[in-house]
Amino acid sequence: MAVDREAQFHVLAVDDSLIDRKLIERLLKTSSYQVTTVDSGSKALELLGLREDQDISSPSSPDKNEIAVNLVITDYCMPGMTGYDLLKKIKGSSSLKDVPVVIMSSENVPSRINRCLEGGAEEFFLKPIQLSDLIRLRPYMLKGKLKEQQPSQHQETNSSTISSCSSNNNSKSNKRKAMDEGLSPEKTRPRFSSSSLALVSYEETA
Amino acid sequence: MPPPLCSRVLLSHPFSPMSLMALREQLNMLVNSMYIEGLLDQQFQQLQMLQDASSPGFVAEVITLFCEDAERILTELTKLVDQAVVEFQKVDAYVHQLKGSSSSVGAQNVKLACIQFRQFCEENNKDGCLNALNVVKHHYYLLRNKFDTMLQLEQRIQAYDSKQQN
Repeated sequence: MAVDREAQFHVLAVDDSLIDRKLIERLLKTSSYQVTTVDSGSKALELLGLREDQDISSPSSPDKNEIAVNLVITDYCMPGMTGYDLLKKIKGSSSLKDVPVVIMSSENVPSRINRCLEGGAEEFFLKPIQLSDLIRLRPYMLKGKLKEQQPSQHQETNSSTISSCSSNNNSKSNKRKAMDEGLSPEKTRPRFSSSSLALVSYEETA
Repeated sequence: MPPPLCSRVLLSHPFSPMSLMALREQLNMLVNSMYIEGLLDQQFQQLQMLQDASSPGFVAEVITLFCEDAERILTELTKLVDQAVVEFQKVDAYVHQLKGSSSSVGAQNVKLACIQFRQFCEENNKDGCLNALNVVKHHYYLLRNKFDTMLQLEQRIQAYDSKQQN
């Protein structure tokens, strides 16, 4: 029943761009998550113990490289397997379908966003990802942990209520985020450190 | 909280305190001017915020990766746009990559130039693409020069800081 320490949450980040992998890794580590990054959907599936051509992970041949993750965050536009393809593979797998998946994209395409949410993605973030975006990930990871710990009958009622609420919120809030992107008002006033490139803090104006 | 810089430096430091301050002043002015001139946007501030004691070289690393990546892409683009028959989809794919990385790093002018470039790709406009590539290069090399200065200043400042700790 005890709340798990943040350090136990493990995120698998998938992006073909090296710069974006560096960024998401730093963002996630700053938020106290354990991170593994890969550059393709197929590598992600390999790590998760799922072969591309399989729908279920094979228990008889456990992969030594298999890892347990609490959340997958993936870029949408990738050569080969897209983030959407990866999402469908994960949700179509009996062993992995409860792993929350979040999609990122540099492009604000409402039909794409809806497709991903309908495909089972918990959230859709527009790049570049901010620290404030990552705060939204915690409930999904906590939900995943709770599911592991609670008996299955309890799960049925709880998880369905949770997911219907959150998916409503998701579509509204993601659309709002997608719309806000166009406006980008200067809401924050940065304060620069007197030393080097590190920014000491910034203040938000009301 | 460590003691104020001045007293720390005067007590233990062989180097002139003014030059360290001058370096910091120079770096601040440089970065501020880049924001004002539109070379950098809010996303760069995000990078700065992510740099801390546990990742002191984060901004420098990202800047370096960005520059390497950008130059690789610009080389490819130069070849592609030079062809008699331009493969606009391939060109667009590269510009999309550069737009993505410049957006992630906060390289605002480069990103905006990429957005315009993609327009010309969509229109299959070769002359437009040739011009757009030159604009992207112009903004990129301006930025690159300033990044080089930034990193040099940062290195010199960090050299002071590490000596102070001895």
